[in-house]
Amino acid sequence: MKNEKLYNYILGIADNNLILGQRLGELCGHGPNLETDIACTNISLDLLGQVRSFYQYATKVEGQDKTEDDVAMLRTEREYLNVLLVEQPNTDFAYTIARQFLFDVYHLLFLQELQKSNDFTLVAIANKSIKEVSYHLRFSSDWIKRLGDGTQTSHQKIQQAIDDLWTYTDELFHQTETDKIMVEHGIGVDVTKLRDTYYVQVGEVLAEATLQVPESKYFQKGGKHGIHTEHLGYLLSDLQYMQRTYPNMKW
Amino acid sequence: MKKNWPLWEIFVRSKNGLEHRHFGSLHAADAEMALENARDVYTRRNEGVSIWVVESKHITASNPEHNGEMFEPAQDKVYRHPTFYDLPDEIKHM
Repeated sequence: MKNEKLYNYILGIADNNLILGQRLGELCGHGPNLETDIACTNISLDLLGQVRSFYQYATKVEGQDKTEDDVAMLRTEREYLNVLLVEQPNTDFAYTIARQFLFDVYHLLFLQELQKSNDFTLVAIANKSIKEVSYHLRFSSDWIKRLGDGTQTSHQKIQQAIDDLWTYTDELFHQTETDKIMVEHGIGVDVTKLRDTYYVQVGEVLAEATLQVPESKYFQKGGKHGIHTEHLGYLLSDLQYMQRTYPNMKW
Repeated sequence: MKKNWPLWEIFVRSKNGLEHRHFGSLHAADAEMALENARDVYTRRNEGVSIWVVESKHITASNPEHNGEMFEPAQDKVYRHPTFYDLPDEIKHM
């Protein structure tokens, strides 16, 4: 019972990385310029590196013969537990940066708390990831300020992206049943306690970027329970294509 | 409006104690972005511990057309190398 919960809890953390990593990976060769292209791909690789540690641990916890690849590639859409924010498409560079920023602030706060878990493997993964994620946040915050305080067009585009993605932020602090049990066991992070700090930190960067904090109180959720936006299916068909078409292929 | 970001020259120190060496160049809107871009483009395989960035326009280069007068006069002056001293055997690694 506890193992199954822990397994799902690990997926809930790691699936965010996998899906955001895949989204950023789509930019490989398509970034706005060579330098930003490499930066986005680097972040993608950081996230996928973290994913491997999480999935390896998850398969160990589950105790069956599954590999990390099975966990990454062979689940159906409803079995992915990532938040809706990370599956949103790379509509343009403003969306890519806004999505990254809104996730990075949360990601860093989350990992800082995960360091206090009584599960040593999760602590070790958090310790390893935290420097990478600190840089992600530095990168995305800088770009929020550049675009917000840049030209009229860049300001308008990044404001639009923030406004559109805002509806997915509250889900980050939604606690599932699995989360609650993990918090009770001293393993998991109580995400509800991160909410206030999150919106303060996001607000500070947006203010510096001369951007408005959206006032909308209408939020969407579902990803943590496997109920996704229409975008995830397309992403997964890309991600899983090789394994579905040539089962068990390796390279 | 200028379409391209200016060019920056990137210098990376690979280990403490070594000097910064020229690694290449890249585009960035300002110095801060040049540092971040350099970090991603040139140090992603653990190449460095310190980065300097200099906007390329601030580098004054010698003109290759003047190589004759600039460098050739030094070619036949071997006595400018300290190779005409007799070294005692005790001194090694010179």
